[in-house]
Amino acid sequence: MQVNRRQFFKICAAGMGGSSLAVMGFSPAVALAEVREFKLLRSTETRNTCPYCSVSCGLLMYSLGDKAKNAKLNIIHIEGDPDHPVNRGTLCPKGAGLLDFVHSPNRLQFPEYRAAGSTEWKRISWNDAFSRIARLVKDDRDKNFIAKNAEGATVNRWLTTGFLAASASSNESGYLTHKVVRSLGMLAFDNQARV
Amino acid sequence: MALQSLDIQRRSATTTPSPDVRQTMPVAKLIDVSKCIGCKACQSACMEWNDVRDEIGTCVGVYDNPPNLSADSWTVMRFSEVEVEQGKLEWLIRKDGCMHCADPGCLKACPSPGAIIQYANGIVDFHEENCIGCGYCITGCPFNVPRISQKDNKAYKCTLCSDRVAVGMEPACIKACPTGALVFGSKDDMIHHAEGRITDLKERGYQNAGLYDPQGVGGTHVMYVLQHADKPELYHDLPKDPQISPLVSLWKGITKPLLSAGLGLAALVGFFHYVTVGPNEVKEEEAEHVEKEDI
Repeated sequence: MQVNRRQFFKICAAGMGGSSLAVMGFSPAVALAEVREFKLLRSTETRNTCPYCSVSCGLLMYSLGDKAKNAKLNIIHIEGDPDHPVNRGTLCPKGAGLLDFVHSPNRLQFPEYRAAGSTEWKRISWNDAFSRIARLVKDDRDKNFIAKNAEGATVNRWLTTGFLAASASSNESGYLTHKVVRSLGMLAFDNQARV
Repeated sequence: MALQSLDIQRRSATTTPSPDVRQTMPVAKLIDVSKCIGCKACQSACMEWNDVRDEIGTCVGVYDNPPNLSADSWTVMRFSEVEVEQGKLEWLIRKDGCMHCADPGCLKACPSPGAIIQYANGIVDFHEENCIGCGYCITGCPFNVPRISQKDNKAYKCTLCSDRVAVGMEPACIKACPTGALVFGSKDDMIHHAEGRITDLKERGYQNAGLYDPQGVGGTHVMYVLQHADKPELYHDLPKDPQISPLVSLWKGITKPLLSAGLGLAALVGFFHYVTVGPNEVKEEEAEHVEKEDI
């Protein structure tokens, strides 16, 4: 191959140009790889019980923020509690999807009242709700309480109202529920934990 | 992340060898089909952990929901009603998803550097920031697992929760499974666990019970215990002897280097031809001659 002076300069210039382009960042980037960061690293871990059924699986709830004064906690992840004797970390599909239940726009967050014949739900305060429930309970019990039966024996029963308790209750709250319900004379008493 | 990059075994479209001095324990997920009740807790846990939510679909007449893997559903339960022998109906439920092959077809087919990574522990992971959305991984996959997202045109699939495994935890699906059909641990432990289950199944009359760890793709880091290991196609067409498509090795093995070499050679020859011979210039006399002829 015959290369004269001018051609030699051309080759040198082309080589310089090409390598300069590469140095200036036009070359293919180095392939980096790393796993996604573990998203729970410094989040707040809270123990709780699954609200769905009577199995009452233990939960670990992870919230954004470390409880600092200016950080607003918000649940970002929920999974089973491996130290809980009931589920040992496992969950059913409903339990595994609890995050969307917590953040659901349809979730009931305060007491609401729909008057008889109305189609509209109105938000009421907890005080109003408790007062109304107590009023209705008292009225019904006063009207229908049976102290003595036909033979004159003391029975102290109240048959017109029933009570359905929630499943995810501790022994203590179950004991208290039972005491309250039975001391009122209520007979129809069930618990979802029976399923 | 220098330490973690040490644990990378292979990268797509990268010829630089990965560091391979450190030996980390290969991990595996074992799916015991005989214990699965099809509750889909694994599906829920997967979507929850990975922050993906699929569209709410409609019933397609079977329990499969969603009906297929998608960019937002990295694992899906496949329900097959099979009459194994006359009058003996079996409901076989298989958790479908990435098998994390030891010899991954997706990684081999991928043309984008660093978009598909194989870790030393066996996990095959997609790095979507490097994905160019060409879909070669789908062609390369013998199990038809990766899916291109309609939102960002990038491929997604099960990561075996590489972020959880990296900090010493089990994948989200494994943790959720309420029947213990999903187990996670070192690959040796999982093979040992499977042997126990297979003995048990054989005692219960499943003579062909066995482990699905196909050697055609070098073994997998997601294995199945099957009641009918002799007929894996019963389980929603699980391939009996999966192989990477010959097109991938043909393209990557011979065609691509040959064509690249040809291209480079042509450019080089062209350059030297230009420098030594020079461009094909029309001399003035010739031009005049042509003009005269034209007139």
